[in-house]
Amino acid sequence: MSAVRPNWQALAALVTGLISLAGLPFTATMGTGASLLVTAIVLVAAILSMLKLRPVAQAIILAVASHFAAWLLIGGLADAFGTAGFGYFAALAASWLLAWRLVTVLSEMKFIAPVAKRTIALIVPAIFGIWILILWEALTRGAGVPFVLLPPPSSIGARIVTSTNILAADFVQTVVKAVLVGYIIGTFSGFLVAVMADRFRFLAAGLLPVGNMVAALPMIGIAPIMVIWFGFDWQSKAAVVVVMTFFPMLVNTLAGLAATGHMERDLMRTYGAGHWQVLAKLRLPVAMPFIFNALKINSTLALIGAIVAEFFGTPVVGMGFRISTEVGRMNLDMVWAEIALAAVVGSLFYGLLALAERIVTFWHPSYR
Amino acid sequence: MIAMRDFLTGRLVPVLTILVAIVVIWYGAAIGLNGPVIRDFEKRAGETSEGMAFILKTWSQPKPTMPAPHQVAAAFWKYTAGVKLTSNRSLIYHSWVTLSATLLGFALGTALGVVIAISIVHVPALDKSLLPWIITSQTVPILAVAPMIIVLLAAIGVTGLLPKALISTYLSFFPVAVGMVKGLRSPDTLHMDLMRTYSASRAQVLWKLRIPASVPFFFASIKVAIAASLIGAIVGELPTGAVAGIGSKLLAGSYYSQTIDIFAALIAGSICAILLVTLVDITGRLVERRMGAKT
Amino acid sequence: MSTLPVISAKNLDLVFQTGDGSVHALSDITLDIEKGEFVSLIGPSGCGKTTLLRVIADLEKPTSGEISVNGTTPEKARLDGAYGYVFQQAALFPWRTIAKNVALPLEIMGLPAEERTSRIKRNLDLVNLTGFEKKFPWQLSGGMQQRASIARALAVEPDMLLMDEPFGALDEIVRDHLNAELLKLWATTQKTIVFVTHSIPEAVYLSTKIVVMSPRPGRIHEIIDCDLGADRPLDIRETPEFLKIAHQVRDGLREGHSYDE
Repeated sequence: MSAVRPNWQALAALVTGLISLAGLPFTATMGTGASLLVTAIVLVAAILSMLKLRPVAQAIILAVASHFAAWLLIGGLADAFGTAGFGYFAALAASWLLAWRLVTVLSEMKFIAPVAKRTIALIVPAIFGIWILILWEALTRGAGVPFVLLPPPSSIGARIVTSTNILAADFVQTVVKAVLVGYIIGTFSGFLVAVMADRFRFLAAGLLPVGNMVAALPMIGIAPIMVIWFGFDWQSKAAVVVVMTFFPMLVNTLAGLAATGHMERDLMRTYGAGHWQVLAKLRLPVAMPFIFNALKINSTLALIGAIVAEFFGTPVVGMGFRISTEVGRMNLDMVWAEIALAAVVGSLFYGLLALAERIVTFWHPSYR
Repeated sequence: MIAMRDFLTGRLVPVLTILVAIVVIWYGAAIGLNGPVIRDFEKRAGETSEGMAFILKTWSQPKPTMPAPHQVAAAFWKYTAGVKLTSNRSLIYHSWVTLSATLLGFALGTALGVVIAISIVHVPALDKSLLPWIITSQTVPILAVAPMIIVLLAAIGVTGLLPKALISTYLSFFPVAVGMVKGLRSPDTLHMDLMRTYSASRAQVLWKLRIPASVPFFFASIKVAIAASLIGAIVGELPTGAVAGIGSKLLAGSYYSQTIDIFAALIAGSICAILLVTLVDITGRLVERRMGAKT
Repeated sequence: MSTLPVISAKNLDLVFQTGDGSVHALSDITLDIEKGEFVSLIGPSGCGKTTLLRVIADLEKPTSGEISVNGTTPEKARLDGAYGYVFQQAALFPWRTIAKNVALPLEIMGLPAEERTSRIKRNLDLVNLTGFEKKFPWQLSGGMQQRASIARALAVEPDMLLMDEPFGALDEIVRDHLNAELLKLWATTQKTIVFVTHSIPEAVYLSTKIVVMSPRPGRIHEIIDCDLGADRPLDIRETPEFLKIAHQVRDGLREGHSYDE
């Protein structure tokens, strides 16, 4: 058995690394020495990763080499906007291939301890996310992509830091006022209507298909109506959110209340339990996964509704307003800052609901 | 016979009742919402109308706060049957503009979603690194990027149908990718073991087991995807000041406070949505019946 | 004429690693199975009988020890299509008709269409399912589904059938019937059959050799010969010879501490 175990990522990294030698120096401000250092790191790591080493050792070598090379490459772009030659991109590709190799090695590691499994499940996507940012930064600045087309992450980050007060005001206007108020009213009323309709089989039988149909409609289109009715401020956006969140909640709660098995309901009958007792002790707990499903769907819908409704007219504050006006002024870094804010708010909102779901429906088979 | 009667009393009658109730509430809302405006107007004009005359007035305003159902129906009829198909006022024309972007984007998004799902199922590195991001990005209000995509593409010279379609692609690809990963992984271990005893290749497992098993998941996710595509196309028409499409009709109606026009455009959008979802539903049923699903 | 055993296991060990420690599924298994034998693996749950079958089929890899199937490795045997495997459930593909389900392994083997058609017909005939070719699995009873899955295993035309509690999910009346049919099938085809079960009468009725296994760790407790002759009507189960062997098996299971817990 030979001591070498080739893999295509390392071989490709070797080839691209060698190609980069034909394009020295990489950028206007990066000396030949620094450029050679990057290539050397990449080549050495590529060769080492093909030796028969323990996976942990391979992972460490690849992690250090690919990220150090990337750090040097991005550093080499200081005051060198748009001057990167093909050698630069070859070296970048080579270090990215090493990172891919790293992800592959990590994904194929077999762990038995749950803690190790969970750590890997976090680290691997994190590496993927970091490399999206690295490639984005290096490509936009290296190739000199105009800011108005695609600003690099570093300038988006800088914009977030310098505009915290604008972002905070937009957050309060769109999320705290429109989204939260609308979400609470919409989901609560959807839930209440479902519980009351459920008392009468006829009503539930009619509401479920109608609600299902309405949930598939482009309800966002009522935004202009709401702006006419409730004015430019957050009330009209909250109203859009109410309408958008009402139907998913109604439909899911009705479906959840119908999900109880015959055997369980018969059991409650043998106890002589009344309608509300059966509801509280059996049917609502069974319906909880459905209700949380609606809560989670609604968290995304509410944000979309509030932001898009702002495209139809707002006071001069709010995330949707900022996105549409800054796009018009070609201030794309501000737009990206708002999108980043929306992404963070969206995933936090969803994450909190998922956490609450785990606590409330811990008994559900999907958590075992 | 019994099935028919069950359908009538168990489904059709309740649904129709709810629909009638919605229309009644709608007419009531028209009285309530338009009434104050009329009262205000009458006070300045020094007139008063009572009873039925007042109610009829609330249902026939030219620019009502809340148009009555028959006003919307009349406008919808006028803009569909009453004008030429090629006319700028034809809702059928505008619906077609939106629908073509929807369908193009949906086709691209579905294809992309399926390809990504197949790669994720076969490449462990992608499963561990890409899938978490796809799932997370479903929680992000991605429609917020619509204006930027439109303007960006316009800046590099891409205009017309494609930018809107790309927003639809973006929105429809997520549910398809996530649903298909689930579907391609749905075969139970028994079936996977069976394929192993036949020494089936990965391609054979994909074609003979994974893909047939994923069909119900596929149709469930494209039902979500096509509704999302339509929303994407409509929203994609907002920021460009687009000249055609349902989104542009909504925007124009909102500029001039033409509530009747907005409602007519909404009805057109809703009919598109119902048509698309029904089409997907029927196709799904037909395919699943051909594949031996219980009916 | 002495022939090599079809399956030969020597000092097999298999340890599963799980989140809460390791499970010793197979311990020091040594077993030879000759061509044309009908061997039952019997024991309580957790004794490793299914795991042993899966090792023979190359669905699990042993941790240590040696095993040969058809004089080669289990992997090579699997790639050669040496055996047909029947699972506890029929495991038919719900989107394929009965005929198409039987065709599945033949498609994977890349057989031409006319060869497929003739094998489907022959094997469905063998399990008395002629006339059900166009039905979907859910239109058949549980017993008929399991017969279809046996036809599917036979269609590969293997020398060996590996059966993992194939009738465990069926009621006793259907099970008796299928047992008799399986014996007939074995008599006409002369195949080697390895059969996992937890039913003593089933094991004694079917087998030429019964391997009694016991749990924690999974190991072979005793191997009992079962020479009831080739002709076995269902009534044989009331004869003293039959009851004697059944008693022997039950004693073996009890000695293996199988009735603990």
